Amino acid sequence: MVDAIIQLLLHFAIPALVVAAIFIALLMFALPREVRTVFKREVKSYFVSPIAYVCVVIFLVISNGITFWFGGMLESGEAELYRPFFQYMPWYFIVIAPAVGMRLWSEEQRLGTMELLMTMPLAPWHAIVGKFLAASVVVFAMLVLSFPIVMVVNYLGDPDNGVILAGFVATFLTALCYLAITSAISALTRSQIVALLVSIGVCLAVWLSGLPPITDAVDNLPRWNPFWPLLKLVTTLGVLPHFNEFAKGVLGFRDIVFFLSFIAFFLFATAIAIRAKRA
Amino acid sequence: MIEVRNLSKHFGDKVAVDNISFTVKKGEVLGFLGPNGAGKSTTMRMVTGYLPPTGGSVSIGDADVVDDEIAAKSKIGYLPENAPLYSDMTVDDFLRFAAEMRGVPASKIPAAIDKAIETCFLQRVRHQSVDTLSKGYRHRTCLAQSIIHDPEVLILDEPTDGLDPNQKHEVRGLIKRMGETKAIIFSTHILEEVEASCTRAIIIDRGKVIADGTPEQLKNKAENAGAVLVSVTGSAVASLRPELEKLSEVNRVESVESGDHAVTVRVFPNKGKGGALSAAIFKAAVDKNLTIQELKVEEGRLDELFRQITRSDIEA
Repeated sequence: MVDAIIQLLLHFAIPALVVAAIFIALLMFALPREVRTVFKREVKSYFVSPIAYVCVVIFLVISNGITFWFGGMLESGEAELYRPFFQYMPWYFIVIAPAVGMRLWSEEQRLGTMELLMTMPLAPWHAIVGKFLAASVVVFAMLVLSFPIVMVVNYLGDPDNGVILAGFVATFLTALCYLAITSAISALTRSQIVALLVSIGVCLAVWLSGLPPITDAVDNLPRWNPFWPLLKLVTTLGVLPHFNEFAKGVLGFRDIVFFLSFIAFFLFATAIAIRAKRA
Repeated sequence: MIEVRNLSKHFGDKVAVDNISFTVKKGEVLGFLGPNGAGKSTTMRMVTGYLPPTGGSVSIGDADVVDDEIAAKSKIGYLPENAPLYSDMTVDDFLRFAAEMRGVPASKIPAAIDKAIETCFLQRVRHQSVDTLSKGYRHRTCLAQSIIHDPEVLILDEPTDGLDPNQKHEVRGLIKRMGETKAIIFSTHILEEVEASCTRAIIIDRGKVIADGTPEQLKNKAENAGAVLVSVTGSAVASLRPELEKLSEVNRVESVESGDHAVTVRVFPNKGKGGALSAAIFKAAVDKNLTIQELKVEEGRLDELFRQITRSDIEA
């Protein structure tokens, strides 16, 4: 028992906390004051309104429920979390990430505070990054609060906690991709509901386009098909293969680059949407 | 301090602002007048850098609003139309946020918040959440936000909108006081506000500047400026008007009220002869044996000028 706890600390809790500490340190020291100010305001705003709590609770209920009832975690007899737990995560976040991110820019436009924010002496990317980081804190909180499942699996067996950590990181990065998409879409509308629904649609498309049946179908299309390059491009943008590699514990440089450039692309798209709205 | 050169803004085919130029120096308060939809807010949004102009340029001090965005914006305090606020914050938190965003040094933020709260009379609500505030308080909270960093330039879009008469009076006084050390532009469609706190006023209509001057200069442009309003009683009131029309000083006579024994007319002077008009009217009335009840040289009013030169939507 003591060994198990030490194992858990060494291979899971400590690396996870180190990552979190680096994340926070980066935020507090490396980022400009404007980003920090926007970030602080947004985080506070998430946690004074019920939205963050509702999202966190729904996420925890669904993710744990599915793991035990449908994932067959206990019946499988294997001490791992990919099959019963992580493989479903991107599906939940298709709905949860847009629910967290829908207010980012649409609320700003509805209240008219966009005009206030955009006439303050800050570059648009300060606000975009600050808001995005605030939303990612909510997602981060969800994942941190999923820790009991790690304790359960460690109590029952002897899992590879490194792989479990990789699963969390993969889930987090996938959720951030969805949040970046939501951020861009919420910049286009003043209605949170529209932002939510459209974002769910786009996130779903981005997820499905990486699903093996679809990627295989596209690969099997004859190359002379006029839509082939476009379809190929869409399937290349699929998040799923990168998530799977990562969640199975294969930390590929390519996958990290994919996630980061995917997020950067949609944050850039947010900037373009904001600029277009102002003109 | 504020220099606007040939500023234009088109929304698709619609021309919202058409080639406007003006400057505001430090110590000036510029009143921005115009009917609804004349382009006041659009102009202010371009001056603050929120909307990119279609043509022309704006500079704040040495900084161009488009090319040197952040330097220009840091000199400005802005109260947008309808005073938008983050509804989930308290007044205190909101002002702290504004101060941090505006780059007030951390050590000076508490003092800056206290000062803004005092200036805008927000003491009673400072710990209250913004969405529980009445309209007047919301407006003043947003005003407090715009002055928290003691900016050199203030752009206020309808600063007295939604305030009660006492608050309106306070805000006008505040604008006038601050105008001594800053460059201020504010828009309004309450004309007495312009007289109360502006050193200069611009009237715009359909995106164009149609009058520019001190409130006095503008008032003198009004048709009624210098006209004499005279009321007489007596048995021969009907003879007054023809008698006045004979005078060389008189351009035309307009009847305001007429009865059997009392008549009120407005007499418009010929150019350059306004000074002698009252005396001539007095003499004419006495000659006809009429009793003068009232004789008044009219000042010309801004609202008359405003009606004269801006076309209403109804006519268009």
